Amino acid sequence: MNETLSPGFADPVGAAQATFRAVLTALSEPGKLLELELAPDLGFRPPAPLGLAAAAIALSLLDGDTPLWCDPASRPATPSLRFHTGAPLVETPESARFALIADPALLPSLAAFDAGSDEYPDRSATLIIEVAAFGPRATGGTALVLRGPGIPERRSLAVRGLPAGFLAEWRANHARFPRGVDVILTAGAQLAGLPRSTLIEEL
Amino acid sequence: MNFTVPDSQSPAALPAQPPDARRRWMAALARADRASLEAAWRDLPERPGYRHLRQPEIGLAMVRGRMGGTGQRFNLGEMTVARATVRIDQGPEGAGAVGFGYVAGRDLRHAELAALFDALLQDDAHRPMLMAALIVPLERAAAEARTARERAIQASKVEFFTMVRSRE
Repeated sequence: MNETLSPGFADPVGAAQATFRAVLTALSEPGKLLELELAPDLGFRPPAPLGLAAAAIALSLLDGDTPLWCDPASRPATPSLRFHTGAPLVETPESARFALIADPALLPSLAAFDAGSDEYPDRSATLIIEVAAFGPRATGGTALVLRGPGIPERRSLAVRGLPAGFLAEWRANHARFPRGVDVILTAGAQLAGLPRSTLIEEL
Repeated sequence: MNFTVPDSQSPAALPAQPPDARRRWMAALARADRASLEAAWRDLPERPGYRHLRQPEIGLAMVRGRMGGTGQRFNLGEMTVARATVRIDQGPEGAGAVGFGYVAGRDLRHAELAALFDALLQDDAHRPMLMAALIVPLERAAAEARTARERAIQASKVEFFTMVRSRE
């Protein structure tokens, strides 16, 4: 039981602020590939199986008021996340404010998550999805072309490990704007944001 | 920051010892003064290495009461609490006991020491020695301080006599 608790940020304020800044950039400039640098924070160890970015985002954004849903692959990390954040775990995706997905192949339909309401579109779920790799490392992956707010003309992003059918799901998610879910893709220490306002096409 | 007391469903909160024993030493450690814990830590034959699972931090905890112990719950007020969580290194894999320290006030080192001793006390090899050398003396000192204070207060006690209340 004790092995399941992993150390949190050694510098909680600084590390959470750096992570928050990265998430803000990722969601305001969709598809921009960011690398989270917590180098001075030597004590921090992401709880298995989460990558550094996914764990840092979870530690920065979760608290006692954000119900969390974890896919079966990320369940081993839940004791640590509960310990550090106090976030309540929920059994069903639709009641979660945040969702952690360590195995994108088994990603539930995006429509299964809370898309908010027309009055309060901000009360929707944010999905943190750990993919295999980004950018030049994503050989054999999908080349995405992104358009929308925060992107001058278009931006390309190569991702390996997106589930089949994600683009069709995303089109449906985009179509119900202002409702919809936002996605943060992570791979190790890297992250890229996909807010609901972004249009995604395959190259 | 507001602290929520670890709830009983979190695996981290599951006591490794019978809860009464652990509650007893955690209470003694929390009420001890920092100097005696510091001295006990310094005098340990071998001090284990440790790492922070949660950095020592200061926050607020809501103190709740019940009127007469049985009435409706009410919020008495918030108090300052320092807390820390450590894991003792053990062996090359380094997965020893996890200790929690929650201490009234703002003394981070006190919370850290309380967490360290809580972790050590969960270890069967250390517990008998630490109970005898640390916890029992701390409890005795606390009891003596309490008695001394009660005696000092008793000396200045004023008895009030009230007339029968008018509405009854």
